[in-house]
Amino acid sequence: MKNPYVPYPVKITKALVETEDKQLKSFWLDFLNPADAKAFDYTPGQFAELSVSGFGEIPIGIASSPTEGDTLLFTVNKVGHVTKKLHNMAEGDVMGVRGPLGNSYPLKEMEGKNVVIVAGGFAVTTLRSTVTWMLHPDNRAKYGKIDFIYGARTPGLLLYEDQWREWQKRDDIDCHITIDREAPGWDGLVGFVPTICEQVAPKPDNAVALICGPPVMIRFTQPVFDKLGWQPEQIVMSLENRMKCGIGICGRCNVGPEYVCKDGPVFTKAQLDKLPAEY
Amino acid sequence: MADKILAKDKLAEFIAALQKDKDVFAPKLDNDRLVWAPLEKADDIVWEFSNTEMSPKDFFFPQTECMMHFKNDPKAEDGMIMQAEPELAKERALLNIRPCDAKAFGVLDMIFCQDEMTNDVYWRDKREKTLLIGLACNDPCPTCFCTTVGCGPHNEAGLDVLLVDLGDKLLARPISDKGAKALSALPEAAADDAAKAAELKKAAEDSITQGVGTDKISGAEVLDLFNLPMWDRVHESCLNCGTCTFCCPTCHCFDIQDEVQGEAGRRVRNWDYCMSWLFTVHGTGHNPRHGKKERVRQRFMHKFKYIPLKRGGEIGCVGCGRCVQLCPVNIDVREVVNSMNA
Repeated sequence: MKNPYVPYPVKITKALVETEDKQLKSFWLDFLNPADAKAFDYTPGQFAELSVSGFGEIPIGIASSPTEGDTLLFTVNKVGHVTKKLHNMAEGDVMGVRGPLGNSYPLKEMEGKNVVIVAGGFAVTTLRSTVTWMLHPDNRAKYGKIDFIYGARTPGLLLYEDQWREWQKRDDIDCHITIDREAPGWDGLVGFVPTICEQVAPKPDNAVALICGPPVMIRFTQPVFDKLGWQPEQIVMSLENRMKCGIGICGRCNVGPEYVCKDGPVFTKAQLDKLPAEY
Repeated sequence: MADKILAKDKLAEFIAALQKDKDVFAPKLDNDRLVWAPLEKADDIVWEFSNTEMSPKDFFFPQTECMMHFKNDPKAEDGMIMQAEPELAKERALLNIRPCDAKAFGVLDMIFCQDEMTNDVYWRDKREKTLLIGLACNDPCPTCFCTTVGCGPHNEAGLDVLLVDLGDKLLARPISDKGAKALSALPEAAADDAAKAAELKKAAEDSITQGVGTDKISGAEVLDLFNLPMWDRVHESCLNCGTCTFCCPTCHCFDIQDEVQGEAGRRVRNWDYCMSWLFTVHGTGHNPRHGKKERVRQRFMHKFKYIPLKRGGEIGCVGCGRCVQLCPVNIDVREVVNSMNA
């Protein structure tokens, strides 16, 4: 009988401060036991509990894609007890990963459709996973046009620059990378994410939008999509709530009857419209 | 499986047989409080009682439980790697558990063990290794409302054996195979014993006159119930003390914390409660259930709407009435639910 609470032991093989405010740090983790890597069979959109023995666990979206091999990537915001400790850990340190947890983006249902991805700030993590997965040669042909709209306050707060610079060179994805205000040396778009969405004006016909970002971005992006004729069923979002067990028991992450950890974190706007906004 | 008879003067024998391979527990008077305690001899058994102050959920879901341990030494070969705690070493029997409490564990089975991933091995292990010998309520107390939430004073769900007190003897009804095995040495009951038990059942059920209606709740939309104006009033007197959650046999929220002392590290789970502000607060400080109203509403919505929606209509309350008895500001779950159902 598998114990769902015991984390797989992993080693930090690389750690990197991602942003100029030093709030976000990425960790590349490798399983100590090869069998565990096999058992950790995940899909973009899922998350895991990162375990730091003596400090606790935190639920973090998986930023790597299963198409990239066995190494897992997580980008962690420094906010509390566990994340502060994690930010001080170094390459070679042993920690734990428990998962994969939750549902995933509806990659199967998205097949044959155009995909618009909208990300704000560090909510881009599981969307990095999704884009990487869709762009893989095994998967790219399954999807129509892909638009990637991603914004942060400043250039130094954008995550995964190497990655999206590569994507910008490709002709099978349109990247719209933006910052809030002009900054020296920045040659990309300038403007808030909702404004850029208005300019890109993605068509709702046969399309799905994955939207992930801070509440203020969601609040102003939603009306843009409404005006363009998008229906709630076409808009997919990923929620976050405080979690402990990660498997739908401990009782704190629920939004109405739905547990963000187990029934989510991915929900359509149509589903959320019928639920209390307790997130 | 035929009903059996257990004469009260044969109890010592029956308990000794159980104790051969099990630790046996039963409600016991501790000054004037009725608590669950190891049963040493048949004479210690209490036959006249309403119910224990706390539910026996602690046997399966301890208030504090070590889930795993680790060597708190990053340099050691196996340092910092979590190892699961061993399983329960010896089987147990709970004697004279009330039917409502047993029913509650049946509801919790659906929550702790849902599928391959949501398979709480700590809960499951203790459930599988515990025999539940219930004692039917012949005299429900005024706060009991089990009959209106799909349970009852002689309810059998979740039990291995149901005992009905017939005075100098007990009717012993096997419910599960495990229960039948425990009763195999006992003589069969006569027809009038079973008839007497049925009479007692009817009388006990009829004595429960107050309860809740849930028919409209089950048909209502989540948001319609969530937005009822009654929530603006219900929470006003609540202290968010959490007493209702700790005494409740179906409340099962928990927290997980790490503890370290020198080289010894462990990960424990503790009972937690939805009345606490900390329960849902994000790392950023944002709290989706920021106020008392939101938290009080969550407790009732969870038991009477969310659990039924997710668990095939099963209500997350068994009508034991403990929260009604113990709430320091007299919030009565029956009144709240009836307002939801209005």
